[in-house]
Amino acid sequence: MRYATPASAKEAAGMLSKEKGAAFLLAGGTDLLVKLKMGMVEPDLVVDIKRIPKIDQIQTSAKGFTIGAAVSGSVIGQHKGLKAAWPGVVEAANLIGSDQIQGRATLAGNLCNASPAADSVPAMIAAGAKAVIVGPQKKRTVPVEKVVQGPGKTCLAKGEVIEAITLPKPEAKTGDAYLRFIPRTEMDIAVVGVAISLKLERGVVKKAKVALGAVAPTAVVVPAAARALVGSKLDDAALEKLAAACSAACNPIDDKRGTVEYRTRVAGVLAKRAAKIAFQRAGGAL
Amino acid sequence: MGHEQKYVDKKYEVVGTRFNRPDGIDKVTGKARYGADASAPGQLVGRVLRSPHAHASIVKINTSKAEKLPGVKAIITSADLPDVTGGDQGLADILENCMARGRALYDGHAVAAVAAVDEQTAAQALKLIDVKYKKLPHVTDVDEAMCESAPVIHDRIITRGVEPKPTKPSNVAARTQMGHGDIEAGFAEADVVIEKSYKTEQTHQGYIEPHACLASVNPDGTAELWVTTQGHFVFRNVCASLLGLDIAKLKVTSSEIGGGFGGKTHVWVEPVALALSRKANRPVKLVMGRDEVFRATGPTSSTSIDVKMGAKKDGTITAAVAEMRYQGGAFPGNWAMLGCMTAFACYDIKNNQSIGWDVVVNRPKVAAYRAPSAPMAAFAVESTIDELAKEIGIAPIDMRLKNVAREGTLAPYGPTYGPIGIEHTLKAVKDHPHMRAKLKKNQGRGVACGFWFNIGGQTCTDLNISVDGTVNLTLGTVDVGGSRSSMAMIAAEELGIPYEQVRANIADTTSLGHNDMTEGSRGTFSSGMATIFAARDAISVLKQRAAKMWGITEEDVIWENGQALATGDSHSNLPPLSLKEIAAKSGRTGGPIAGHNEVVADGAGMGFASHICDVEVDPETGRSTIVRYTVVQDAGKAINPDYVEGQFQGGATQGIGWALNEEYIYGDDGCLQNAGFLDYRIPVCSDLPFIDTQILEVPNPLHPYGVRGVGETSIVPPLAAVGNAIANATGVRMTHAPMSPPRVLAGIDTLEHAS
Amino acid sequence: MSNATLVSTTVNGDPVQFACPTDESLMTALRNRVGLTGVKEGCGTGDCGACTVTVDGSLVCSCLVLGVEAEGREVTTVEGLSQDGELHVLQQKFIDHAALQCGICTPGFLVAAKTLLDRNPNPNETEIRYALAGNLCRCTGYDKIVRAVQDAAKDMRKASKKRR
Repeated sequence: MRYATPASAKEAAGMLSKEKGAAFLLAGGTDLLVKLKMGMVEPDLVVDIKRIPKIDQIQTSAKGFTIGAAVSGSVIGQHKGLKAAWPGVVEAANLIGSDQIQGRATLAGNLCNASPAADSVPAMIAAGAKAVIVGPQKKRTVPVEKVVQGPGKTCLAKGEVIEAITLPKPEAKTGDAYLRFIPRTEMDIAVVGVAISLKLERGVVKKAKVALGAVAPTAVVVPAAARALVGSKLDDAALEKLAAACSAACNPIDDKRGTVEYRTRVAGVLAKRAAKIAFQRAGGAL
Repeated sequence: MGHEQKYVDKKYEVVGTRFNRPDGIDKVTGKARYGADASAPGQLVGRVLRSPHAHASIVKINTSKAEKLPGVKAIITSADLPDVTGGDQGLADILENCMARGRALYDGHAVAAVAAVDEQTAAQALKLIDVKYKKLPHVTDVDEAMCESAPVIHDRIITRGVEPKPTKPSNVAARTQMGHGDIEAGFAEADVVIEKSYKTEQTHQGYIEPHACLASVNPDGTAELWVTTQGHFVFRNVCASLLGLDIAKLKVTSSEIGGGFGGKTHVWVEPVALALSRKANRPVKLVMGRDEVFRATGPTSSTSIDVKMGAKKDGTITAAVAEMRYQGGAFPGNWAMLGCMTAFACYDIKNNQSIGWDVVVNRPKVAAYRAPSAPMAAFAVESTIDELAKEIGIAPIDMRLKNVAREGTLAPYGPTYGPIGIEHTLKAVKDHPHMRAKLKKNQGRGVACGFWFNIGGQTCTDLNISVDGTVNLTLGTVDVGGSRSSMAMIAAEELGIPYEQVRANIADTTSLGHNDMTEGSRGTFSSGMATIFAARDAISVLKQRAAKMWGITEEDVIWENGQALATGDSHSNLPPLSLKEIAAKSGRTGGPIAGHNEVVADGAGMGFASHICDVEVDPETGRSTIVRYTVVQDAGKAINPDYVEGQFQGGATQGIGWALNEEYIYGDDGCLQNAGFLDYRIPVCSDLPFIDTQILEVPNPLHPYGVRGVGETSIVPPLAAVGNAIANATGVRMTHAPMSPPRVLAGIDTLEHAS
Repeated sequence: MSNATLVSTTVNGDPVQFACPTDESLMTALRNRVGLTGVKEGCGTGDCGACTVTVDGSLVCSCLVLGVEAEGREVTTVEGLSQDGELHVLQQKFIDHAALQCGICTPGFLVAAKTLLDRNPNPNETEIRYALAGNLCRCTGYDKIVRAVQDAAKDMRKASKKRR
């Protein structure tokens, strides 16, 4: 296994594209090193992007936030501006593993690992996050929901690297929230995850985006769930419609972490709870 | 020398207070050396190849490619571990479990092992070993394994304890029955009868330190083994028997042990490491990975239990029957028997009967796990008692007090109880402020009791007094949770010197006589007894030396408060001689001063506990949170209360984990799906509240200080305490542990459908 | 050892060099090449926290870091907690409160607890419990560990007041 530390995303992309063997990108490593340990991957090349200047920083601009691909969960959790703007995204990022995992795990890595149960992905989708992708030749920006194409599968072509995740500056009266279900209080993989962001106008939901995790091969956007919220003040009828829409959108599997029935049901339960949090964060009164 | 074993009530100076442990500094600074922390010159890295199938014939193992890999120094299969057990089926089972012999009996069963110069080479060599398997039908569920149609795992197993003796082999290794009274008459007397079936899933001890050892065998048959174990003397005997070594020529040193809970009472990779070393003629270090620990070592049984209990309207239990099926993994055990022995042990039930079925399945060989087999039986019985109480309309605590076992009660497993503490714990529970604390919405409270025997066994201890008066206490029972401090306290108490003057150490197998395992809650009971006797032995030597120094007869010397006093009018002018003064002169009064004791410690006192649990259940997700928990247990005498509380809290937490989330999950292919801490969910720090404890002291009449074992009982009540609390929070009686969120939610659904 | 790379790093304040295969974890490198066996392996997959160290002040599981990543970084292990021959307050409190039984998880807990108290000198019980959720202990039920951390935090706050 060769280990490389490129000085730019473009250089990283070049290394990956030229590699004939199995090549992997290393950011936080919290997934890659587990796979390495379990013998699930045998890399010929590992490209560590953490020595790339500024890749471990969060940039704030008028448009919003640019979160470098090597920014760890604990750095995200300590960023006051980001926390104020997108508390749901920050919570989701901070739910990934323990403090030890938080010291390393990244949003970009959580996305690229392409696990159906990734915590930060539904939250990023609901918030309208985009991935800045650098290839050996060109750079492109892709909405987060388009990145993951199946368990372990992304839209990244050989040689492409996510350099950063961008989040827009939230519109006024916007709130987001992410809730997941796990059997313990920490250290588990989500059995169900629900992210909701919404915008209010005069106390009524004007816009909403709902994304679910761990209930399908990829995180799913649920327009019907968003429609259930729009125009409501989050009354019980709207919440019930939301829950039903979320449950209906589930296409989960039975596995050691949960059953089809349980996941489907709890998706609705969590959606209602997450909607209330997002609503209050947007300034709504329940 | 005979010593008085009987309990004597006295005032203690050291015992019962709290002292820091002698190994504390090493353990907080990273200096302490555990199983994986030793190394030897020229050591190789050992790795084990394991079966990916639940049940398969091993058609052929081709190691030729692996052998050619540079850096590979030895490869072994069962051919390198010939059966020298001489017809001892128990030992032969251990050997076969260490290395499959023609057939892999469970997912993770060892089929070959390699020793190589480094980790990478060893890992690569494993991949180059070509094993041709022929898959066989498998069975992992205990009830299914008992069916006629189930694949029979061992042709040699003919059910014991059944008349007439079966003619055909089956997966049922043994049937046990015990109890007393007239069951039918008992049920006829009952106003209310409750009958329920329960299931508990398989759990693992989950010690954080994987099994690890460093083995070195010489061509002349001498050998050394550094190993994390609960009993290095037993490991020595077993390993020597399996490898055909002379026992005294195998020196086993117990490392610091990173948790065992019963799982380190059995050998797993140690004989393999020794065989690799023998073949390579170099030291071999073998450390298991976490997945290997889950797949191939010591889980406890999964069970299926039917309980039927009847009671009169006043709460008197008139009859109780339990039929319990325990799987022992791929080899026969006596786990159901232990379930039978413990099931009704907390109660005085005139008519009771327990029937146990020990069953083999295609799972790893079951090992002891803290009060092995008792938690499952208690889950079934204690849940049923709550249902009875509900039906009758009596408070569960009063129902238990009404039927509680006392001194003189005939225990279901045979003996008549001496003084025992179960009634004391129940009364303490009843009086506990926890019982009066208000519950919030969706919260419920449960109470449950638990019993564990505790054992004695062989123990050998040395106590050597240095010329400066400091004392080396040399023990042979492994310190799993702070027992060195307790033993040093006992020695200090007996000798009448400060705790700090005693240094307790665990000796290797060449330095002391045989000691049984630290298991069965015997460590403090038996080593404590041997320490008392060794100290008394030393005191008699100290008195002789004082007499010599004074020039008087020994009969005129007594020992008090750490010094020799001359008695009688004629000696009243002699100033006392302290231990230090006597020790200083020992070279001129007869040489080193020592005490020694070997004992088969009989009379271990029974351990009883009652627990209170408050749980909050999320009615929409079925998730349970423990909001308050209290352990009340009889310790006989708490030598070092800090570590007694620690045992209570740790055992309760393991029980809570079992009650809520811990379980082995097998796929249809018979392979374990959650062989890691990510999906085998032991409680984390944020899952729990503080665990309150109350130590009761009902002295064990057969220990000089009244000590009872305290290590195990605390894992027995939690499953039922949590289940009873969930029942009170939701109205749902959970009969399947763990009571995980999907199971509880399903239970809530049934309730809603019913209403 | 194929693909060995020479790594220059700082461990517990001291300059350290070791050569390790590129795919070797920092945990293994610290244990086998630097000789710091206080770094414990409980799982190797980041689920138990026994191998917890800090890298440039960040709390990590050293089993999820490559040894080669330590190049130029500052690593602190449990062996670096006591200074000038004196135990760190947390180490002393763990002993005083009997916050360890078998002790295998203790090094990881100490490094995690120290990182918590450096960041938050006055954590409440819930904050302590969540900050230590990545460290599994199977012996204690965490009760005495949380108490030891609370007590250490109290002493450390007193000491820092005195210094000011």
